[in-house]
Amino acid sequence: MAADGQQHPLKLYFWIWGLLFLFSGASYATDFLQHGYFRWGLILLFMFLKAGFIIGIFMHMAWERVALIYAILGPPVVLLVLIGLMAVEGDYTELTRLDFFSAPLVPAGHEAGAHEGAAGAEAAH
Amino acid sequence: MAHDATTGAAGASEARWETMVTDWSSDKQTFRVPWGKAMMWIFLLSDTFIFSCFLTGYMNVRLSTPVPWPNPSEVFGLEVFGVNVPLLLIGIMTFDLITSSGTMALAVNFGYRRDRGRAAALMFITAAFGAIFVGMQAFEWTKLITQEGIRPWGNPMGASQFGATFFMITGFHGLHVSAGVAYLSIVAMKVLRGDYEKRGYEIVEIAGLYWHFVDLVWVFIFAFFYLW
Repeated sequence: MAADGQQHPLKLYFWIWGLLFLFSGASYATDFLQHGYFRWGLILLFMFLKAGFIIGIFMHMAWERVALIYAILGPPVVLLVLIGLMAVEGDYTELTRLDFFSAPLVPAGHEAGAHEGAAGAEAAH
Repeated sequence: MAHDATTGAAGASEARWETMVTDWSSDKQTFRVPWGKAMMWIFLLSDTFIFSCFLTGYMNVRLSTPVPWPNPSEVFGLEVFGVNVPLLLIGIMTFDLITSSGTMALAVNFGYRRDRGRAAALMFITAAFGAIFVGMQAFEWTKLITQEGIRPWGNPMGASQFGATFFMITGFHGLHVSAGVAYLSIVAMKVLRGDYEKRGYEIVEIAGLYWHFVDLVWVFIFAFFYLW
């Protein structure tokens, strides 16, 4: 390990700085596009490019030893499981809500024999 | 290490516990970087999980509400000379943070060159950009609360979860920026005073890691909260 730590030519930093500005401008420009897979793809593309350059060059991860790289960048991969589960759960919750809120609410005690509807109305409160 | 593990697994359980003791007590260094840098990375790793949980929670409530989500492009638009520019303030805040990231990277470089005057100056500039960011965020919050009527429990534009996730995510990020401004200012003053002439200037890189992380989190917030 060099006593002077991470030392790289200034030119590299200016290049990355410029690229980050470019990608920031590009991601801002996506706001003028219609919502859809093209826009979302571009948002993700510029996001990952910016994140990669910040972590790799500005945070010097590209020059660190593999032990450190994997110890830091490996664990966040498990977050994909959480994201996947929450996406499924979110869709499910929305469908349940749509189903529940679209059901006709029967005021409690107003209709004889409509116990199931009354129970549903009470649960809504 | 992989070799030790395989022989340990074959042996008795007592031998396996011995390997555990020797592994943890033999003064081995795993990460060949200054300990402060390794600890900062591990702290940032834990912070990654916190912000990821916030953003995942936001994704979940946004997916699960049947009420339309307010359009961030309009909510965060600003009127300039009678023209409505979408997301203007957020765009400026993004460029402000990217600028501060560059000055921070240069500060780290000058620190390792032992040019402590320039390193400290660039750190103060970085902190100033951070303070401007927090100022703009305060302006944004004030506008949203007083003019748009956005509250954590509801708002006039759509899904009520919008306010809760917005204030939680940007608030926690703003707190990080504020802490970073204080942290950078303190380290910059010590750099200027020459406190690190003997110990070396890793501290500038460690402070820089924190600052770049704050910028990194903003990249994700910008993409998922403001643009999506």
